[in-house]
Formats: sequence, C-alpha cells, structure tokens
Amino acid sequence: MADRHPLFKPLVFVGGLIFGFGLGFSHMARPEVVVNFLLFEDLGLPFVMFGAAIVSGVAFALLPRIRDAAPLTGDPYERRLKPFDRNVLVGGAVFGVGWGLSGICPGAAYASLGVGNVTILWALGGMFLGAYAQGYWRSRSRAPEAAAAGAD
Amino acid sequence: MATSLVLLQAVAELFPNGISRYAVGGLLVGLGTVVIYVGTGIPAGASTFLESTLSYVSDQSRFQRYVGSRDWRVVFTAGIVLGGLAFAATVQSGVVTTSLYEPGTTGTLYEVAGVTLWATDVQPWRLFFGGILVGIGTRIGKGCTSGHGVCGVGSASKTSLVGVATFLTVAIGTAQVVAALGVSP
Repeated sequence: MADRHPLFKPLVFVGGLIFGFGLGFSHMARPEVVVNFLLFEDLGLPFVMFGAAIVSGVAFALLPRIRDAAPLTGDPYERRLKPFDRNVLVGGAVFGVGWGLSGICPGAAYASLGVGNVTILWALGGMFLGAYAQGYWRSRSRAPEAAAAGAD
Repeated sequence: MATSLVLLQAVAELFPNGISRYAVGGLLVGLGTVVIYVGTGIPAGASTFLESTLSYVSDQSRFQRYVGSRDWRVVFTAGIVLGGLAFAATVQSGVVTTSLYEPGTTGTLYEVAGVTLWATDVQPWRLFFGGILVGIGTRIGKGCTSGHGVCGVGSASKTSLVGVATFLTVAIGTAQVVAALGVSP
C-alpha cells in the first residue's frame, strides 16, 4: 500500500471530480429530486443509475480482454463479486428506509455539500453515526468475521 | 394522432424535467467510475468511506480492516465534493449553458462570491434520521447506490441486483408512506 504509483491518488481525485460533477448535473445531489422519483412524480433517476452502470459495465467487460493488470496498482482487472447472504436483504431494507425518508445516499450527499447544500451535514452526520453504530456492534458480536473486503 | 398526443403528454408528465440531465449526469458518474477502474482496477463505491474514515478515530476491528484504503477514499470523496462545487460554479451558476441541462425548481438558490449555490428545503430531521439508517444499511448491506447500483449492476453481480431491488422497493414504499402522512418537504 505504501509504494503506490505517484499518480494513484491524483487519478482517484480526477475520477471523483467527474463523478461528483455528474451527481450535481443529474440533480441526484438534491434530495427533493430523489424523493420526487420515489413518489413517481419524475422518473428520471433510473437514467442516472443505469446510465452509469452501463458505462462502467462496458469498461468492466472490455478491460480484462485488453490488459491483464491496472497500470497504477498492478491489480488484475477482475470482477469483485460480493457474496450474497441475508445481510444484503437486511442492510438493503434499512438503507431503503433511510433513502426513502431522506432522499439522499452517500455519494450524492458528498456532492450535495459541494453544490452548496450545507443542510446536508445533518445527513452526513447521521451516516457517520449509523456507520459507527453498526461497526461498533459488529466488531463486538463477531470479531473474527472473514475480511470480505467490500470494494465500495 | 389523438392517441399519440395523449401518449406524448403522459410521457411529459412522467418526465417533467426531461431525461437529458439525468442521462448526461449518469454518463459522467459512469465515466468517473471508469477513470478510476482503468487506472487502478478498483470498482469504487462511495459508502465504504464512512467506515474507512472512522478508522482514523476508532480502533474497532470493523473499521481497522479499511486502513489500507482509507487515504484514497478520502481523496475520492474530496473529489466528489469538489466535483459538485465545479458543477455549481459552472452550469448551476449559468457560466456554462447547455440545452441538455434542465435547472428545475427544487430547493433554494443563493449566491456566494458570484457562485450560485443550492440548499435543500427537505427538513433536517428527515436528513438526520434517514442518514443514520443509510449509514447502518449501506454498511450491513455491503453497498449503496454506487457500489451496488453502478459498479455491481455494471458487473452483473446477482448480489448487487438483489441489493438494488431491495433498497429501491423499500425506498419507494417509505417515501409514499412519508408523503401520505403529510410530511413535505
């Protein structure tokens, strides 16, 4: 980890910039717009999520055929599939209640701060609190859990 | 003729802000993901940042497992914040104009140093309590709208498809109930 390529972080930063600009442009950084989708008043949101998924899906499918490893890390281009278990359903449902109540998800919340929405600090504070609570509880209840490294 | 007009009107009602801002924004979100993946092989999602950043201040084992990635995740998140600001300083401020962008009417616009910024009208208690559940749920459920929704769906991961179907369905139900209870905005 220590001797990563000097361009590793600059590239991640540029990727984040484009990602955040896209969340601003698509209005996903606006909780109102997400809530309007969930109330079926503006069905634009799937164009963002699936549009992004298609673009990244093409890269995920093509790159392993073009190169073996990523230039800045030497890591192989491989699918990192997360194992399915009950947590995906339980966590997904809890996330769903939170997303439906607030209209904001993590990436969009970071971008929302950038577009000037200081009020979103309430949501970001809540997210850290929630992440801390589950981490505290899970560190205690099953400490030796296998490190199923989540790439997200 | 009459039926096609009715159809057109129905579509217009479902997409009061058109689709171009959504599609273009989605392409950019995908492009940001691809830039990182091409260089590093990492399909980056946004919600792990919450736990990896907590590893700076807490030695709980659950957070310490992310020590190796916490630095670049801070950089990724800083990029997302500044990407949002770059959008505000250009398109939102009207410095860059494009017919692909529909400004809409949500929230409140205000100006600081010539940059048009935006603030939500959604009540803080919704953001805070919703945020807590987002923090718990995304971390237990192994991903959020970017990790599952963009990267996972993009790699046709069955786990992610089930995750997306779950949080999308529950979120729709939740928003409908909240609205039916008269909470707005």
